[in-house]
Amino acid sequence: MSAILEINGVTAGYGAAPVLQDVSISVPTGTICAVLGANGAGKTTLLRTLSGLLKPTAGQVVFDGQDLREVKVEHLIRLGLAHVPEGRGVVTELTVDENLRLGGLWRKDRADARRALDEVYQLFEPLQRRRSSAGHQLSGGERQMLALGRALVARPKVLLLDEPSLGLAPRVTAQIMALLRQLRDDTGLTVLLVEQNVRSALSVADEGVVMSLGRVVVSTSAEQLRGDDELRHAYLGF
Amino acid sequence: MTATEEVENTRTQGATTLARASTVRGGAFGRTLVRHAVYALVAIVVLIVLTSALAGTGNTFLNYQLAMVCAYLCATAGLTFLTGINGQLSLGHGALMATGAYGAALTIRALADRGIEAVWAVFVALLVGVLAALVVGAVIGAAAARLRGPYLAGVTTVIAIVVPAITTTFDGIFKGDQGLSFVTPSPGAVPALLSNEEWQAYLGIGCAVLVMFLLANLISSRFGRQFRAVANDEVAAKLSGINIARTQVLAFVVSAGCAGLGGALMAAITQQAAPGAYSLTLSLYLLMAIVIGGLGSLAGAVWGALLLVALPDLSTRITDSLELSPDLAQKLDGNLALAIFGLFLIIVMIVAPGGIQGLVRRLSGRLSARRRSAGS
Amino acid sequence: MDKLLSLTFIGLSRGAVYSAFALALVLIWRAARIVNFAQGAMAVATAYAAYSVTKATDSYWLGFVAALVGGLVLGALVERGVMRFVDHSAPLNNVIVALGVVLVITAIVGMIYGNQFLPFEGPFDQRPLMVGGTGLLSPYDLFVLGTVLLIVVLLALLFTRTPVGLRMRASAFAPEVSRLLGVNVAGMLTLGWALAAAVGAVGGMLVIPTELGLHPHAMDLVFVSAFTAAVVGGLDSPVGAVIGGIFVGLVLTYSTGYIASDITPVAILVLLLVVLLVRPGGLFSTTAARHV
Repeated sequence: MSAILEINGVTAGYGAAPVLQDVSISVPTGTICAVLGANGAGKTTLLRTLSGLLKPTAGQVVFDGQDLREVKVEHLIRLGLAHVPEGRGVVTELTVDENLRLGGLWRKDRADARRALDEVYQLFEPLQRRRSSAGHQLSGGERQMLALGRALVARPKVLLLDEPSLGLAPRVTAQIMALLRQLRDDTGLTVLLVEQNVRSALSVADEGVVMSLGRVVVSTSAEQLRGDDELRHAYLGF
Repeated sequence: MTATEEVENTRTQGATTLARASTVRGGAFGRTLVRHAVYALVAIVVLIVLTSALAGTGNTFLNYQLAMVCAYLCATAGLTFLTGINGQLSLGHGALMATGAYGAALTIRALADRGIEAVWAVFVALLVGVLAALVVGAVIGAAAARLRGPYLAGVTTVIAIVVPAITTTFDGIFKGDQGLSFVTPSPGAVPALLSNEEWQAYLGIGCAVLVMFLLANLISSRFGRQFRAVANDEVAAKLSGINIARTQVLAFVVSAGCAGLGGALMAAITQQAAPGAYSLTLSLYLLMAIVIGGLGSLAGAVWGALLLVALPDLSTRITDSLELSPDLAQKLDGNLALAIFGLFLIIVMIVAPGGIQGLVRRLSGRLSARRRSAGS
Repeated sequence: MDKLLSLTFIGLSRGAVYSAFALALVLIWRAARIVNFAQGAMAVATAYAAYSVTKATDSYWLGFVAALVGGLVLGALVERGVMRFVDHSAPLNNVIVALGVVLVITAIVGMIYGNQFLPFEGPFDQRPLMVGGTGLLSPYDLFVLGTVLLIVVLLALLFTRTPVGLRMRASAFAPEVSRLLGVNVAGMLTLGWALAAAVGAVGGMLVIPTELGLHPHAMDLVFVSAFTAAVVGGLDSPVGAVIGGIFVGLVLTYSTGYIASDITPVAILVLLLVVLLVRPGGLFSTTAARHV
């Protein structure tokens, strides 16, 4: 199985002290890879570096055969890399429909953008009902759906998800995880899932990466992480 | 130059005082006070020597310029205190100078009407100018304490435009666009010993050194830390028990008093108070002077005041030397200085936010580092 | 009664210009969180361009187009060449740099055209049409009102109905998210400045013929009035800017009509202070003002 996303020895950070140190992760095509770790482990910084919001001081990121150091942030979505930032990134001043359309604005083909939008509305029934509500009127779960849906309008190959379960009820989190599994199975979507909610993430993940203080400490299959008590106790605290 | 060094030392001394404040507050502050007093005395002596040396050149204009630098310094130091230390932006300090100028002008004229033309009339006039600016400053400050960023800038801009316009609205008192002219009393009994310009320079030196001395002490005092704290982080300042509104109003009042003294001085030196001299452009000039001089330290205000006198003079010399047609010369006159100021302002803000004083500090830091490495 | 009616119409026409100018301020505030203190000076510069073109071609309308295009170019230039490089962490910095732009523009137009007033005519008669013995709107007032209405409608359509408008709004509200979604945020910012400067240029074209003439400081008082209008309406609200402009126009016209002809600056100061101290977020704001 080939890896659609290769992170090779990336070091990055803000100011003098690097947050990420020599991080290497390989994400196979069509899998869900969970990146786990405590607060401050560098998970969000990892995603920001992947999408170019932060420039790595060393190492490289290869997406679909292309070195991302040469790609502008604004072009990633055209290549098929969608990043749903922490805190959901819904533009609260815009309506649901405007938020979703934003995800397809980069397309030259208007009809195609329209079709992608309709697909997402079919996938998320609740959004359909609230399409003219402003973002700030939505519940936390609806916002997460909207952010996810907006990324899907771009029909990405890889989805970078930052803490989708943050502040959501367990039931809603479970729905979102189920949806990710469905997308992987039906469309072959690759997901890099950053989570503190280890149980939820491991329930859908194929691969598991544990980070601590900016380094990768464990990189193995999700199944092994689920099964190996010692590993879980040592790094994930349960 | 001496004045600059003095203030620079004062500044670092102030910082040291801050560091030790918690343990030896009283003692350290007392020492700072003494040191500031010594610097002020040195500055006065040096400037007096400079004044008589300039008088010796026979070019009275030089002492007039020195007096103007002192008048501007009062205002730029006040504005530095408000904007650089306390973080409140004022585009209305030209208007506060106008308040001081008209206060002084009206006083001198009123006293002259009663036949009083003694030297003390000048001091009374300066005092009235300061008081007038203090009152106006308190009113603006009370409003300003509730405003932030662009809102404060907007209100003070309006003030800068409105105050000169008021002189035409009430032209019975202020005589409209023509303004008030008068003769500033001077110790004329000994004209051979003391020219009018020399007298103006001494007057200016006295006021400027007083303002610098008071502000330097205020900044290094316990209050000074509060003013800075409010500028750096309002929330943190509030959480540590500082009354934000009171601090801001106080800063505005102090700053307005300084600007008022500057304006009153300027009136006394030019022997008139007219709205044209205190337009919005003057307010912009003052702000530009402290930014280019170096926001955040009184030394920057000294550089700024020097620039305010030197740059227009320089640009006039340039246009004069080019032997242009009268029409073109008239167009360039003033506007050239304006353009240079504007460009400097933008460049300094983007490239060297520390201003001239920042560059001086970096240079002297490098020099002393080299000296140290050479010694070891 | 006749006086009230006639003042009301004058105030509406005057207010419409403030609306346009306030709208320009709001556009940049929303896009960049900057109050563009150089707006007045930039409008003056474009009016001088119009003056030269009109003088050369003898056509007011070519001058008008020159101002419009000049505004677009100047706005983009100021953003790309200057404002982009400012450290935005302290709001003070933006204001100071904008003031630097004011100084430079004022100096340059002064060097080219001199500091005296230049005659600047409008395309229509400014004498009011008489209706039943009362002077109401002049043809020029109608032109002003129509132009401002057109600007408002076009801007509303642009922002709510077009993909570019959606991009601009998204960039303003959430720049990072917008970049991740493929929006050229930097480009949208430049476009915002260009549009705002063009709107400001039209505002200048409309107001200068009603004043003493063209002068490097011709827009100072207009800028201050428009700033007041934008504050009245809330800096974040385009609708508020339009209403605020009309409101300020009416208040100023009534006060000059009923109190004293040279009261305008004082009236602006009083109005601005009252609004800021009573409703700092603007009369039409829905969100509470920031309290520390």
